[in-house]
Amino acid sequence: MNVTRGFTGRPRVANPGLPPGQYDAGDDWPVLSAEVTPDLTPADWSFRIDGLVERPHAWDWEQAHALPGSSYAGDIHCVTSWSKFGVRFGGVSLDTFFDVVRPHGSATHALAYSHSGYTTNLPLADLTGGRAWIAWEYDGEPLAPEHGGPARLLVPHLYFWKSAKWIAGITLLDHDEPGFWERNGYHARGNPWEEQRYSGD
Amino acid sequence: MTTDFTPATRFAVPGRIAVSNRAASVWQTATLTEIRRETPHSATFRLAVPDWAGHLPGQHLMLRLTAEDGYVAQRHYSIASAPDDSGHIELTLDQVPGGEVSGWFHTVARPGDTVEVRGPLSGFFAWPGDRPALLLGAGSGVVPLMSMVRHHRARGLAVPLRMLVSARSPEELIYAGELGGETTAVFTRSAPTGLPVGRMAAAHVAPLLAEQPPGGWEAYVCGSNGFAEHASRLLVAAGQPVERIRIERFG
Repeated sequence: MNVTRGFTGRPRVANPGLPPGQYDAGDDWPVLSAEVTPDLTPADWSFRIDGLVERPHAWDWEQAHALPGSSYAGDIHCVTSWSKFGVRFGGVSLDTFFDVVRPHGSATHALAYSHSGYTTNLPLADLTGGRAWIAWEYDGEPLAPEHGGPARLLVPHLYFWKSAKWIAGITLLDHDEPGFWERNGYHARGNPWEEQRYSGD
Repeated sequence: MTTDFTPATRFAVPGRIAVSNRAASVWQTATLTEIRRETPHSATFRLAVPDWAGHLPGQHLMLRLTAEDGYVAQRHYSIASAPDDSGHIELTLDQVPGGEVSGWFHTVARPGDTVEVRGPLSGFFAWPGDRPALLLGAGSGVVPLMSMVRHHRARGLAVPLRMLVSARSPEELIYAGELGGETTAVFTRSAPTGLPVGRMAAAHVAPLLAEQPPGGWEAYVCGSNGFAEHASRLLVAAGQPVERIRIERFG
Protein backbone atom coordinates (compact mmCIF):
# COMPACT_ATOMS: atom_id res chain seq x y z
CA MET A 1 0.00 0.00 0.00
CA ASN A 2 1.35 3.38 -1.06
CA VAL A 3 0.08 5.73 1.66
CA THR A 4 -0.18 9.41 0.70
CA ARG A 5 1.30 11.61 3.44
CA GLY A 6 -1.34 13.66 5.20
CA PHE A 7 -4.27 12.32 3.19
CA THR A 8 -7.30 11.42 5.27
CA GLY A 9 -10.15 11.65 2.74
CA ARG A 10 -13.85 12.00 3.31
CA PRO A 11 -15.45 10.65 6.46
CA ARG A 12 -15.82 6.88 6.12
CA VAL A 13 -19.44 5.95 5.59
CA ALA A 14 -20.34 2.29 5.75
CA ASN A 15 -22.15 1.93 2.45
CA PRO A 16 -22.37 -1.59 1.08
CA GLY A 17 -23.89 -0.15 -2.11
CA LEU A 18 -20.72 1.76 -2.99
CA PRO A 19 -18.43 -0.19 -5.36
CA PRO A 20 -14.65 0.00 -4.79
CA GLY A 21 -13.01 3.27 -5.79
CA GLN A 22 -16.32 5.13 -6.07
CA TYR A 23 -17.69 8.10 -4.11
CA ASP A 24 -21.26 9.22 -3.49
CA ALA A 25 -22.02 12.18 -5.78
CA GLY A 26 -25.06 13.12 -3.69
CA ASP A 27 -27.49 15.29 -5.62
CA ASP A 28 -25.07 15.88 -8.50
CA TRP A 29 -25.57 14.07 -11.77
CA PRO A 30 -22.51 14.91 -13.89
CA VAL A 31 -22.87 14.88 -17.68
CA LEU A 32 -19.91 13.37 -19.51
CA SER A 33 -21.00 12.71 -23.10
CA ALA A 34 -18.18 13.19 -25.59
CA GLU A 35 -20.35 14.43 -28.44
CA VAL A 36 -22.73 17.28 -29.11
CA THR A 37 -26.12 16.70 -27.44
CA PRO A 38 -28.36 15.84 -30.41
CA ASP A 39 -31.45 17.85 -31.19
CA LEU A 40 -33.79 14.85 -31.01
CA THR A 41 -37.53 15.06 -30.35
CA PRO A 42 -39.76 12.13 -29.36
CA ALA A 43 -41.21 12.28 -32.89
CA ASP A 44 -37.69 11.79 -34.30
CA TRP A 45 -36.85 8.96 -31.92
CA SER A 46 -37.02 5.30 -32.81
CA PHE A 47 -35.54 2.10 -31.44
CA ARG A 48 -34.67 -1.05 -33.35
CA ILE A 49 -33.34 -4.50 -32.53
CA ASP A 50 -31.69 -6.48 -35.31
CA GLY A 51 -28.81 -8.84 -36.01
CA LEU A 52 -29.15 -12.40 -34.71
CA VAL A 53 -32.88 -12.30 -34.04
CA GLU A 54 -35.84 -14.10 -35.63
CA ARG A 55 -37.80 -10.94 -36.37
CA PRO A 56 -35.94 -7.62 -36.52
CA HIS A 57 -38.27 -4.92 -35.33
CA ALA A 58 -38.37 -1.15 -34.86
CA TRP A 59 -40.56 0.90 -32.56
CA ASP A 60 -41.38 4.57 -32.74
CA TRP A 61 -42.12 6.66 -29.65
CA GLU A 62 -45.82 5.76 -29.44
CA GLN A 63 -45.31 2.08 -30.17
CA ALA A 64 -42.65 1.81 -27.48
CA HIS A 65 -44.89 3.57 -24.99
CA ALA A 66 -47.71 1.11 -25.73
CA LEU A 67 -45.57 -1.68 -24.25
CA PRO A 68 -45.97 -2.63 -20.58
CA GLY A 69 -44.08 -0.16 -18.40
CA SER A 70 -41.27 -1.04 -16.05
CA SER A 71 -39.17 1.01 -13.66
CA TYR A 72 -35.78 0.90 -11.99
CA ALA A 73 -35.14 2.28 -8.53
CA GLY A 74 -31.57 1.96 -7.30
CA ASP A 75 -28.05 3.18 -7.92
CA ILE A 76 -25.85 4.09 -10.90
CA HIS A 77 -22.06 4.11 -11.13
CA CYS A 78 -19.85 6.15 -13.49
CA VAL A 79 -16.34 5.06 -14.41
CA THR A 80 -15.05 8.54 -13.53
CA SER A 81 -15.64 7.51 -9.87
CA TRP A 82 -19.01 8.98 -8.92
CA SER A 83 -21.98 6.88 -7.91
CA LYS A 84 -25.50 8.17 -7.52
CA PHE A 85 -27.90 6.55 -5.09
CA GLY A 86 -31.65 6.16 -5.09
CA VAL A 87 -32.37 7.14 -8.69
CA ARG A 88 -35.68 6.27 -10.34
CA PHE A 89 -36.04 5.61 -14.06
CA GLY A 90 -39.21 4.71 -15.95
CA GLY A 91 -39.50 3.01 -19.33
CA VAL A 92 -39.80 -0.53 -20.65
CA SER A 93 -37.74 -3.60 -19.77
CA LEU A 94 -35.50 -4.76 -22.60
CA ASP A 95 -36.92 -8.26 -22.01
CA THR A 96 -40.21 -6.97 -23.41
CA PHE A 97 -38.51 -5.86 -26.63
CA PHE A 98 -36.56 -9.12 -26.87
CA ASP A 99 -39.82 -11.09 -26.53
CA VAL A 100 -40.89 -9.52 -29.82
CA VAL A 101 -37.69 -10.04 -31.81
CA ARG A 102 -36.72 -13.45 -30.33
CA PRO A 103 -32.89 -13.58 -30.15
CA HIS A 104 -31.23 -16.55 -31.84
CA GLY A 105 -29.49 -19.07 -29.61
CA SER A 106 -26.24 -18.08 -31.33
CA ALA A 107 -26.43 -14.47 -30.09
CA THR A 108 -23.87 -13.82 -27.34
CA HIS A 109 -23.17 -10.09 -27.47
CA ALA A 110 -24.89 -6.84 -28.27
CA LEU A 111 -23.74 -3.59 -29.84
CA ALA A 112 -25.95 -0.72 -28.72
CA TYR A 113 -25.94 2.37 -30.94
CA SER A 114 -27.27 5.87 -30.44
CA HIS A 115 -28.90 8.47 -32.60
CA SER A 116 -25.67 10.42 -32.01
CA GLY A 117 -23.49 7.69 -33.50
CA TYR A 118 -22.22 6.58 -30.09
CA THR A 119 -21.82 2.83 -29.64
CA THR A 120 -21.16 0.49 -26.73
CA ASN A 121 -20.85 -3.28 -26.52
CA LEU A 122 -22.30 -5.61 -23.89
CA PRO A 123 -22.68 -9.32 -23.27
CA LEU A 124 -26.27 -10.21 -24.17
CA ALA A 125 -26.67 -11.76 -20.71
CA ASP A 126 -26.28 -8.27 -19.19
CA LEU A 127 -29.30 -7.03 -21.14
CA THR A 128 -31.76 -9.77 -20.16
CA GLY A 129 -33.35 -11.03 -16.96
CA GLY A 130 -34.86 -7.74 -15.81
CA ARG A 131 -31.52 -5.91 -15.57
CA ALA A 132 -31.79 -3.51 -18.53
CA TRP A 133 -34.33 -0.98 -19.74
CA ILE A 134 -35.14 1.58 -22.40
CA ALA A 135 -35.74 4.55 -20.10
CA TRP A 136 -37.50 7.85 -20.88
CA GLU A 137 -38.41 9.08 -17.43
CA TYR A 138 -36.19 10.20 -14.59
CA ASP A 139 -37.73 10.87 -11.22
CA GLY A 140 -41.17 10.93 -12.85
CA GLU A 141 -40.19 13.56 -15.43
CA PRO A 142 -39.18 13.26 -19.09
CA LEU A 143 -35.48 12.38 -19.34
CA ALA A 144 -33.47 15.55 -20.11
CA PRO A 145 -31.62 15.71 -23.45
CA GLU A 146 -28.17 16.00 -21.83
CA HIS A 147 -28.91 12.80 -19.88
CA GLY A 148 -29.94 10.93 -23.03
CA GLY A 149 -33.53 12.01 -23.56
CA PRO A 150 -35.88 11.36 -25.15
CA ALA A 151 -34.75 7.80 -24.31
CA ARG A 152 -31.59 6.01 -23.26
CA LEU A 153 -30.44 2.49 -22.58
CA LEU A 154 -30.24 1.76 -18.85
CA VAL A 155 -27.96 -1.02 -17.58
CA PRO A 156 -27.41 0.10 -14.00
CA HIS A 157 -25.34 -2.88 -12.83
CA LEU A 158 -22.52 -1.86 -15.22
CA TYR A 159 -20.54 1.41 -15.41
CA PHE A 160 -22.82 4.02 -16.87
CA TRP A 161 -21.04 4.49 -20.22
CA LYS A 162 -22.76 1.20 -21.13
CA SER A 163 -26.15 2.92 -20.71
CA ALA A 164 -26.08 4.55 -24.15
CA LYS A 165 -27.82 7.92 -24.34
CA TRP A 166 -30.21 8.70 -27.23
CA ILE A 167 -30.54 4.98 -27.85
CA ALA A 168 -31.36 4.11 -31.47
CA GLY A 169 -30.89 0.37 -31.58
CA ILE A 170 -29.25 -2.84 -30.52
CA THR A 171 -27.60 -5.32 -32.87
CA LEU A 172 -27.18 -8.86 -31.57
CA LEU A 173 -23.95 -10.62 -32.55
CA ASP A 174 -22.23 -13.98 -32.02
CA HIS A 175 -19.01 -12.18 -30.99
CA ASP A 176 -17.90 -9.12 -29.05
CA GLU A 177 -17.30 -5.93 -31.03
CA PRO A 178 -15.87 -2.92 -29.17
CA GLY A 179 -17.93 0.27 -29.02
CA PHE A 180 -16.87 3.91 -28.77
CA TRP A 181 -15.15 4.02 -25.37
CA GLU A 182 -14.10 0.39 -25.62
CA ARG A 183 -12.07 1.30 -28.71
CA ASN A 184 -10.60 4.13 -26.66
CA GLY A 185 -9.16 1.93 -23.95
CA TYR A 186 -12.16 1.17 -21.76
CA HIS A 187 -13.16 -2.26 -20.50
CA ALA A 188 -15.30 -4.61 -22.61
CA ARG A 189 -17.74 -5.36 -19.76
CA GLY A 190 -17.40 -2.61 -17.15
CA ASN A 191 -18.52 -4.29 -13.93
CA PRO A 192 -18.10 -1.67 -11.17
CA TRP A 193 -17.88 -4.31 -8.44
CA GLU A 194 -14.75 -5.69 -10.09
CA GLU A 195 -13.46 -2.23 -11.04
CA GLN A 196 -13.39 -3.10 -14.73
CA ARG A 197 -12.61 0.45 -15.80
CA TYR A 198 -9.95 0.02 -18.46
CA SER A 199 -9.04 -2.71 -20.87
CA GLY A 200 -6.72 -4.98 -18.93
CA ASP A 201 -8.39 -4.39 -15.54
CA MET B 1 -42.75 -1.04 -38.97
CA THR B 2 -40.36 -1.61 -41.81
CA THR B 3 -37.13 -3.46 -41.17
CA ASP B 4 -34.93 -1.28 -43.37
CA PHE B 5 -34.86 1.56 -40.84
CA THR B 6 -31.50 3.33 -40.55
CA PRO B 7 -30.70 5.48 -37.52
CA ALA B 8 -29.59 9.03 -38.12
CA THR B 9 -26.08 8.43 -36.82
CA ARG B 10 -24.73 11.77 -37.87
CA PHE B 11 -22.34 12.52 -35.04
CA ALA B 12 -20.09 9.47 -34.97
CA VAL B 13 -16.66 10.72 -33.90
CA PRO B 14 -13.87 8.19 -34.10
CA GLY B 15 -11.00 8.24 -31.61
CA ARG B 16 -7.85 9.96 -32.78
CA ILE B 17 -5.28 7.38 -31.68
CA ALA B 18 -4.89 3.80 -30.61
CA VAL B 19 -4.55 3.52 -26.86
CA SER B 20 -2.02 1.44 -24.96
CA ASN B 21 -3.81 -0.96 -22.66
CA ARG B 22 -0.66 -1.68 -20.73
CA ALA B 23 -0.02 1.92 -19.72
CA ALA B 24 -3.61 2.31 -18.59
CA SER B 25 -3.57 -0.75 -16.38
CA VAL B 26 -0.40 -0.12 -14.34
CA TRP B 27 -0.30 2.20 -11.32
CA GLN B 28 2.93 4.15 -11.11
CA THR B 29 4.39 6.21 -8.31
CA ALA B 30 4.61 9.92 -9.13
CA THR B 31 6.74 12.26 -7.02
CA LEU B 32 5.72 15.88 -6.64
CA THR B 33 8.66 18.09 -7.60
CA GLU B 34 7.20 21.58 -7.91
CA ILE B 35 4.06 23.59 -7.17
CA ARG B 36 3.32 26.78 -9.13
CA ARG B 37 0.36 28.99 -8.36
CA GLU B 38 -1.64 29.90 -11.47
CA THR B 39 -4.64 31.81 -10.08
CA PRO B 40 -6.12 32.35 -6.59
CA HIS B 41 -7.95 29.02 -6.99
CA SER B 42 -5.67 26.92 -9.15
CA ALA B 43 -2.10 25.69 -9.12
CA THR B 44 0.13 23.53 -11.28
CA PHE B 45 1.66 20.40 -9.78
CA ARG B 46 4.75 19.00 -11.49
CA LEU B 47 5.25 15.27 -11.03
CA ALA B 48 8.24 13.04 -11.75
CA VAL B 49 7.01 9.80 -13.32
CA PRO B 50 10.18 8.00 -14.42
CA ASP B 51 8.41 5.27 -16.41
CA TRP B 52 5.81 7.54 -18.00
CA ALA B 53 4.87 5.96 -21.35
CA GLY B 54 4.35 9.36 -22.96
CA HIS B 55 1.07 10.99 -23.90
CA LEU B 56 -0.53 13.11 -26.56
CA PRO B 57 -1.94 16.57 -25.87
CA GLY B 58 -5.53 16.29 -24.63
CA GLN B 59 -5.20 12.94 -22.86
CA HIS B 60 -5.89 12.47 -19.16
CA LEU B 61 -4.79 10.17 -16.39
CA MET B 62 -6.26 8.62 -13.29
CA LEU B 63 -4.70 9.69 -10.00
CA ARG B 64 -5.21 8.11 -6.60
CA LEU B 65 -4.45 9.00 -3.03
CA THR B 66 -4.36 6.38 -0.27
CA ALA B 67 -5.06 7.04 3.42
CA GLU B 68 -3.37 5.13 6.24
CA ASP B 69 -6.41 2.91 6.73
CA GLY B 70 -6.34 1.90 3.06
CA TYR B 71 -9.12 4.27 1.97
CA VAL B 72 -8.54 5.30 -1.63
CA ALA B 73 -9.80 8.32 -3.58
CA GLN B 74 -9.21 8.47 -7.32
CA ARG B 75 -9.97 11.10 -9.95
CA HIS B 76 -9.45 11.72 -13.64
CA TYR B 77 -7.27 14.74 -14.44
CA SER B 78 -6.28 16.23 -17.76
CA ILE B 79 -2.57 16.50 -18.44
CA ALA B 80 -1.43 20.11 -18.79
CA SER B 81 2.10 19.63 -20.05
CA ALA B 82 3.08 18.92 -23.63
CA PRO B 83 4.66 15.56 -24.39
CA ASP B 84 8.40 15.65 -23.79
CA ASP B 85 11.16 13.36 -22.62
CA SER B 86 11.71 15.03 -19.24
CA GLY B 87 10.19 12.17 -17.25
CA HIS B 88 7.81 14.75 -15.78
CA ILE B 89 4.18 15.64 -16.33
CA GLU B 90 2.15 18.56 -15.03
CA LEU B 91 -1.42 18.81 -13.77
CA THR B 92 -3.25 22.05 -13.11
CA LEU B 93 -5.95 21.62 -10.49
CA ASP B 94 -8.72 23.90 -9.29
CA GLN B 95 -9.30 23.83 -5.58
CA VAL B 96 -12.81 22.40 -5.53
CA PRO B 97 -14.80 23.34 -2.39
CA GLY B 98 -14.86 20.22 -0.23
CA GLY B 99 -12.78 18.33 -2.82
CA GLU B 100 -10.93 15.55 -1.02
CA VAL B 101 -8.28 15.09 -3.73
CA SER B 102 -7.88 18.67 -4.97
CA GLY B 103 -8.09 19.79 -1.32
CA TRP B 104 -5.13 17.58 -0.44
CA PHE B 105 -3.11 18.99 -3.34
CA HIS B 106 -3.86 22.59 -2.42
CA THR B 107 -3.48 22.42 1.36
CA VAL B 108 -1.24 19.47 2.24
CA ALA B 109 0.95 18.54 -0.73
CA ARG B 110 4.57 19.63 -0.89
CA PRO B 111 7.54 18.63 -3.06
CA GLY B 112 8.73 15.13 -2.24
CA ASP B 113 5.24 13.75 -1.64
CA THR B 114 4.21 10.75 -3.70
CA VAL B 115 0.89 9.86 -5.31
CA GLU B 116 -0.07 7.17 -7.82
CA VAL B 117 -1.10 7.60 -11.45
CA ARG B 118 -2.16 5.37 -14.31
CA GLY B 119 -2.36 6.43 -17.92
CA PRO B 120 -2.40 8.14 -20.27
CA LEU B 121 -6.07 7.36 -20.91
CA SER B 122 -8.48 7.77 -23.80
CA GLY B 123 -7.56 8.57 -27.36
CA PHE B 124 -10.77 10.44 -28.07
CA PHE B 125 -9.77 13.94 -26.96
CA ALA B 126 -6.15 13.56 -28.05
CA TRP B 127 -4.67 15.92 -30.63
CA PRO B 128 -1.63 14.44 -32.37
CA GLY B 129 -0.81 17.82 -33.96
CA ASP B 130 -1.93 16.74 -37.40
CA ARG B 131 -5.20 18.57 -38.14
CA PRO B 132 -6.00 22.28 -37.76
CA ALA B 133 -7.34 22.65 -34.21
CA LEU B 134 -9.96 25.04 -32.87
CA LEU B 135 -9.94 24.96 -29.07
CA LEU B 136 -12.75 26.26 -26.86
CA GLY B 137 -12.31 26.14 -23.09
CA ALA B 138 -13.63 27.68 -19.91
CA GLY B 139 -12.11 27.82 -16.44
CA SER B 140 -9.89 24.80 -15.83
CA GLY B 141 -11.18 23.43 -19.15
CA VAL B 142 -8.20 25.25 -20.63
CA VAL B 143 -5.85 22.65 -19.12
CA PRO B 144 -5.88 19.91 -21.81
CA LEU B 145 -6.11 22.62 -24.48
CA MET B 146 -2.95 24.25 -23.11
CA SER B 147 -1.16 20.95 -23.60
CA MET B 148 -2.09 21.27 -27.28
CA VAL B 149 -0.95 24.91 -27.46
CA ARG B 150 2.36 24.04 -25.76
CA HIS B 151 2.87 21.08 -28.09
CA HIS B 152 2.15 23.30 -31.10
CA ARG B 153 4.82 25.77 -29.93
CA ALA B 154 7.40 23.24 -28.78
CA ARG B 155 7.33 21.43 -32.10
CA GLY B 156 7.01 24.60 -34.17
CA LEU B 157 4.02 23.09 -35.94
CA ALA B 158 2.72 24.92 -38.98
CA VAL B 159 -0.79 23.49 -38.78
CA PRO B 160 -3.26 26.24 -37.74
CA LEU B 161 -4.33 26.35 -34.10
CA ARG B 162 -6.63 28.86 -32.43
CA MET B 163 -7.98 28.99 -28.90
CA LEU B 164 -10.97 30.74 -27.36
CA VAL B 165 -10.87 30.68 -23.58
CA SER B 166 -13.43 31.95 -21.11
CA ALA B 167 -12.61 33.06 -17.56
CA ARG B 168 -14.50 34.97 -14.90
CA SER B 169 -11.84 37.67 -14.67
CA PRO B 170 -8.25 38.36 -15.69
CA GLU B 171 -7.14 37.12 -12.24
CA GLU B 172 -8.96 33.80 -12.83
CA LEU B 173 -7.47 33.25 -16.30
CA ILE B 174 -5.21 30.20 -15.99
CA TYR B 175 -1.88 30.46 -17.90
CA ALA B 176 -2.60 34.17 -18.56
CA GLY B 177 1.09 34.99 -18.93
CA GLU B 178 1.63 32.15 -21.36
CA LEU B 179 -1.19 32.82 -23.82
CA GLY B 180 -0.18 34.28 -27.16
CA GLY B 181 -1.58 35.46 -30.44
CA GLU B 182 -3.33 32.14 -31.00
CA THR B 183 -5.64 32.85 -28.06
CA THR B 184 -8.65 35.11 -27.55
CA ALA B 185 -9.81 35.46 -23.96
CA VAL B 186 -13.42 36.16 -23.02
CA PHE B 187 -14.26 37.49 -19.54
CA THR B 188 -17.65 36.80 -17.97
CA ARG B 189 -17.55 38.90 -14.74
CA SER B 190 -14.85 41.52 -15.03
CA ALA B 191 -12.52 42.38 -17.86
CA PRO B 192 -9.39 44.48 -18.39
CA THR B 193 -10.06 48.07 -19.36
CA GLY B 194 -11.31 48.31 -22.91
CA LEU B 195 -12.55 44.73 -23.16
CA PRO B 196 -16.24 43.81 -22.92
CA VAL B 197 -17.69 41.61 -20.17
CA GLY B 198 -19.90 38.77 -21.34
CA ARG B 199 -20.34 35.16 -22.26
CA MET B 200 -18.62 33.49 -25.21
CA ALA B 201 -20.86 34.29 -28.16
CA ALA B 202 -21.44 33.73 -31.85
CA ALA B 203 -19.38 36.84 -32.55
CA HIS B 204 -16.31 35.07 -31.12
CA VAL B 205 -16.86 31.82 -32.99
CA ALA B 206 -18.14 33.01 -36.37
CA PRO B 207 -14.91 34.73 -37.53
CA LEU B 208 -12.90 31.59 -36.80
CA LEU B 209 -15.24 29.46 -38.88
CA ALA B 210 -15.36 32.08 -41.62
CA GLU B 211 -11.61 31.67 -42.12
CA GLN B 212 -11.42 27.89 -42.24
CA PRO B 213 -8.05 26.32 -42.97
CA PRO B 214 -7.88 23.73 -45.76
CA GLY B 215 -9.64 20.59 -44.53
CA GLY B 216 -11.55 22.54 -41.88
CA TRP B 217 -11.13 22.64 -38.11
CA GLU B 218 -11.11 19.78 -35.65
CA ALA B 219 -12.90 21.37 -32.66
CA TYR B 220 -12.04 20.51 -29.05
CA VAL B 221 -14.36 21.79 -26.31
CA CYS B 222 -13.51 21.46 -22.61
CA GLY B 223 -15.10 22.76 -19.45
CA SER B 224 -18.19 22.33 -17.30
CA ASN B 225 -21.23 20.68 -18.83
CA GLY B 226 -22.96 24.06 -18.98
CA PHE B 227 -20.07 25.55 -20.94
CA ALA B 228 -19.73 22.48 -23.15
CA GLU B 229 -23.41 22.61 -24.11
CA HIS B 230 -23.19 26.35 -24.82
CA ALA B 231 -19.92 26.23 -26.76
CA SER B 232 -20.86 23.19 -28.82
CA ARG B 233 -24.14 24.86 -29.82
CA LEU B 234 -22.21 27.96 -30.90
CA LEU B 235 -19.97 25.79 -33.05
CA VAL B 236 -22.87 23.93 -34.65
CA ALA B 237 -24.73 27.19 -35.30
CA ALA B 238 -21.61 28.62 -36.96
CA GLY B 239 -21.40 25.64 -39.30
CA GLN B 240 -18.88 23.34 -37.61
CA PRO B 241 -19.81 19.71 -38.49
CA VAL B 242 -20.99 17.84 -35.38
CA GLU B 243 -18.81 14.87 -36.19
CA ARG B 244 -15.78 17.12 -35.85
CA ILE B 245 -16.56 18.41 -32.36
CA ARG B 246 -14.90 16.56 -29.48
CA ILE B 247 -16.08 17.36 -25.98
CA GLU B 248 -14.47 16.76 -22.62
CA ARG B 249 -16.90 17.64 -19.81
CA PHE B 250 -15.63 18.02 -16.27
CA GLY B 251 -17.75 16.35 -13.64
